[in-house]
Amino acid sequence: MAEVEETLKRIQGQKGVQGIIVANSEGIPIKSTLDNSSTVQYAGLIHQLVMKARSTIRDIDPQNDLTFMRVRSKKNEIMIAPDKDFFLIVIQNPSD
Amino acid sequence: MAPKRQKSPSRKTGVKGKVKDNLTPSPMEKPDHPDDIYPIVLTTATQELFECCIDEDVTEQSPYKLLEKDDIIQDIKTRAAVSDFHPVKQFVLDYPEDEILLVFDVDFTYGQSFYLVLTPEAKARIYNVLQPPQPEIIVLEDDVSKTPEPKPWISLGSELEVDQESVKETREKLCYKFDLKRRPGLPVCFSDRNSTEAECRSVACPSYQDSRFSIKQMQRDCGMQAVPKLQSSTAQTERAVQRNVFTQYEPRELREKEKENILRSEKLKKFVNSVTPRVLHALQQAHIMNVFTDDFKALGIGAEASDQLVMVSEGLKLQWTFTDEKRAMGKKISSVSWHPTIHGLIAVTFIKKQEEQLDKSTVYINSPAFIVFYGFPDQSNPRLLLECPDDIFAFEFCPSNPNVIVGGCRNGKDLGNKKENKTPVMSYCAVSSIESSHKSPVTDVQWLPKTFEVTRTGVPVQKISNMSVQVVTCSPDCSVMFWDLRVPKLQNQFLADRKQDVDQKTMMTPYSIPTTFKHLDRTWKPLFRVSLPKIDTSGEYAPLKFSLEHYTCNSNTGRNTDNENDGAEVLPEYSQLRIPSAKTLKTLDDVNTKFYVGTEEGEIVYTDWKLEEDEFGRKFSAKPLLCFRTHAWFVNTMQRSPFFKDILLTTGGWNFAIWKEGVMGGPIFVGPSSEQEYSAACWSLSRSAVFFIGRNDGSIEVWNLLLNTSEPTHVHEHVASTRITCIKPCITASKQHYLAVADNLGVLRVFNVPKALRSPVKNEDLNMQIFFDQENDRLKDYLEWEELWAKPRKEEGESKKQVEPDKPVTFQVDSEEADLKEYSDYLKLEESILEHTGL
Repeated sequence: MAEVEETLKRIQGQKGVQGIIVANSEGIPIKSTLDNSSTVQYAGLIHQLVMKARSTIRDIDPQNDLTFMRVRSKKNEIMIAPDKDFFLIVIQNPSD
Repeated sequence: MAPKRQKSPSRKTGVKGKVKDNLTPSPMEKPDHPDDIYPIVLTTATQELFECCIDEDVTEQSPYKLLEKDDIIQDIKTRAAVSDFHPVKQFVLDYPEDEILLVFDVDFTYGQSFYLVLTPEAKARIYNVLQPPQPEIIVLEDDVSKTPEPKPWISLGSELEVDQESVKETREKLCYKFDLKRRPGLPVCFSDRNSTEAECRSVACPSYQDSRFSIKQMQRDCGMQAVPKLQSSTAQTERAVQRNVFTQYEPRELREKEKENILRSEKLKKFVNSVTPRVLHALQQAHIMNVFTDDFKALGIGAEASDQLVMVSEGLKLQWTFTDEKRAMGKKISSVSWHPTIHGLIAVTFIKKQEEQLDKSTVYINSPAFIVFYGFPDQSNPRLLLECPDDIFAFEFCPSNPNVIVGGCRNGKDLGNKKENKTPVMSYCAVSSIESSHKSPVTDVQWLPKTFEVTRTGVPVQKISNMSVQVVTCSPDCSVMFWDLRVPKLQNQFLADRKQDVDQKTMMTPYSIPTTFKHLDRTWKPLFRVSLPKIDTSGEYAPLKFSLEHYTCNSNTGRNTDNENDGAEVLPEYSQLRIPSAKTLKTLDDVNTKFYVGTEEGEIVYTDWKLEEDEFGRKFSAKPLLCFRTHAWFVNTMQRSPFFKDILLTTGGWNFAIWKEGVMGGPIFVGPSSEQEYSAACWSLSRSAVFFIGRNDGSIEVWNLLLNTSEPTHVHEHVASTRITCIKPCITASKQHYLAVADNLGVLRVFNVPKALRSPVKNEDLNMQIFFDQENDRLKDYLEWEELWAKPRKEEGESKKQVEPDKPVTFQVDSEEADLKEYSDYLKLEESILEHTGL
C-alpha cells in the first residue's frame, strides 16, 4: 500500500495536477484526492466514457484495446489510464 | 244377385259339355294354360246372375270381374249340377280369399270365353299386370271394396273418467209457472230495464267461499323449468400500469474496509506500476507544449488587442445618477466610497461649500451631516443614512469588517460608525476626544492593513488577530495621527472607574446605537502623532493626503491562516480587545515605515513615521527624507497603482505625477499641465496603464500611458456640471466596471466602463513595467546630467535657476500665501547658493 501511495504522490507532485482518482472497473472510486462529490461524479461519468471508447476500439478491431485516453477541455485536461480491473483518472491544468 | 245370363242354347249345353270336355282334357292340355287358370263357360243365365254379361259388364277393355266366393257357393248350392261353377266347386271352396277373379277371354286363349283364376297369386299376377291399362275401374273397385268397417270399442278404463266428468242431470228439471191475475183490458206499459242497474234488484247468487269447510288442495299443477347449474359470465379488471414518477439516484460507494482491501491488493499495485509511466509521460507532454494552441488567437487580433480602433466610439456610459435633494442641497460631495462587499452600495459624504478661506474652523452651520448610502438602482432615495456630528471630509470602510466606517470630520474629530442594514438612520458610535484630535478638518483617513500594527512609538509589530484595528489620519494642522480602535492598556483602571461614572451620569444613550465602540467614545486618543517638519526651513508641511505602502506579511503563514479563519467568522468585539504591550509582539523589520504625503502646497513629502529619540529621550518625528514641489496647488489625490506596489499617482494643481517608491530623485513621470485644474484621479482597477482624471470643469480625462503620454487618450467633456470632487472605480461580481463620479453639486453619477477601457491589453503589465523602468532610467540620466551641468554653473555663481530636477511646469497660482511661501523659499535658496559660492 505504501508503494501505491508513493507512486500516486509522484503523480500528484507533477506540475499542474489538480486531482487523482483511482476507481474500480465498475466506476466506484477507491482512492481520490478530491472531495467526495466531485470524485463520485468524475468516476461515474468517466467510467461510462471509458466503456464507450473501449467498445468502440474493440468493435473496429477486436485484437485492439484501449490503452490511454486524454480529454482536453478549455480549462484543463483529463487523462484516463484504463486497465482490466481499475482505471486511473488524472486531472491536470497545463500551464500555458 | 243372380247375374243376368244370355241364354245361348248352343252354348249352354255346349258349354256344359264343353266345360266338361274342357275340364277333362284341360289337365292334359297343360301347356295351353297354367294350373291356376281354369277356362270356364258361363251361360247367359249365369252371366246375368253374376253380372258378367259379355259386352255388357265385361268387355274387351275390361275383362276382369271379381266374384264373391259366397255367391258362387250359393249358386252351386241352388243349381247343383246345373251350375256353371260345378266343376270348380272344390277350387272355389278352397279358395282362401273372398273374391275370385273371372276374366273374359276374348281371344279364346285358353279355349273358352271365360277363365277363372284359381289362386290368389295368379290373380294378383294377372290382375296387377293388366291393371295399369285400366286404372280407373280398378281404383273404383278398390275404394268400394275398402270401406272401413267400424271396429269394436276396446275399453281402456277411460269410461269412468268420462262418466265422472260428464254432467248428468241428477233429477228432473223443475218447472214453475207464475200467473198474475189482472183485469184484461187495462193499458199495458212495457219498458226496458237494464239488469245491471241497482234498482233492478236482480238477485244473483254469486259464489262465495264457504268457511264451513275448505278444500285442501292436495294436488297442484305447477310448471318447472330447468335451470342450468353452470353459468358463465365475464368480468374485466383494469390493470394499473406501474409507472415511475420519481427516481432518486445515489452513487455506489465502497466501504472503508473494502477500500483498504483493494488498496492492499496486488492487482492494484501492478496496475499502478504499469499505468504510471504512461501518465507521467502524458503529464509532461502537456506541460511542455500546448499542442492545441490557436495560433490565430495568439496573434492577438481580437477586440481587446487594438485600443485605437475601439476607443473612439465607446466611452463611459452614464448608468445612474444619484441625488438626494434633502441632504445634498447646497453641498458638495467630499468623498465617495464603494462598499467593499455589498454590490451596488456606494457611500457618499457631503460637506458644505464655502469660499476658499484658509481659516476653515470658524464657518460652522449647525445642520446634521450624514453619510448617505446609495444603492442600485434606487436613484433618489438613499438606502441608509449614518448620522455624524459634523461634515465628513474623508471616510473609509474597514477592510476586515465592512460594517465599521471611520470618518474624519470638519473640526478634526474622528468617529467610528457601525453600520446596520435594518434601520435607515444610524448614528455614529464614537467620537474622538476633542483635545487630542486634529485642529483642522481631517482630510484623509486610511486603515492600516491587517497584516501589521503599530505600537506607541511607531514601531511596526506583528499582528495577532487578523483584523484592521488601526487608523491613520492626516490633517492640514500639520500632523498625521495613528489611532487604535481597541481599548488602550494604560487606562484600563481609569476606564473601569470612568465607566461607572458614565453610567451614573446616565448619559441618555440614544436608542439603537450599538455599543461596539462605547469604550472609545469621547476618550479616543491617538496612539501617536507624526509631525512633518520641513526639510530646509522651519515650519511644517500641511498634509492633505497620504499614502502608505501596503504590506503583506510573509512570515508565519501557518499562524496567519489560522487567524484568517478566526477572523472571517467571528465578529470582532472591539471593546474586549486590548492593545497589547509592545514588548510581547515581534517587531517586523521589513515593513516600510516611510510614506508619502501630499501637502497643501503641492509638495510630495516622503517621510518616516517611526518616532525617533532625541538626546533627551523624547520622541519626535524625524525630518522627512524627500520633498518635491511637483504640483502647483493642493494635492488632492495620492493613489497607489493596484498593479504595482511601488508606483504612485498624484494629482494636484494642473498636472499629475507618477512616483516610484525608492526612487529618491523625483517623480519618474510628470504629465503635461493642462488648462483645467485637476481635481480628482484614480487608477483603473483592471488595466495597469489606464487612469482617470477629473477636472474642474466637470470633464473626465482618460489616460493610457502606453498609447500616449502627452495627452489624454480620451476626454469626456462635461460629464458633470461642476468640478468633480471624487472618482472611485469599482468592479462588481458580475464583471461590471463602474466609475463613481462625484461633483460639486452633490450629484453622484455612476458610469459603466466600456470593454475597451476595462479589458487589459496583452502584456499590458509587462509593458507598463518597462515604461516605468524607462522613465526611471531617464530620470536618473537627467539627474546626472543636471548635476554635471549644475556644478559649473554654480561655480560661475550666477544661477538663479531652480535646482529642482523637475521638468519646468507652468502654473498659475492664485493664492497669495502660496506665492509668498514660494518667494520665501526662493530667497532662501538664493542665499544658500550665494553662500556656497562664497559671495
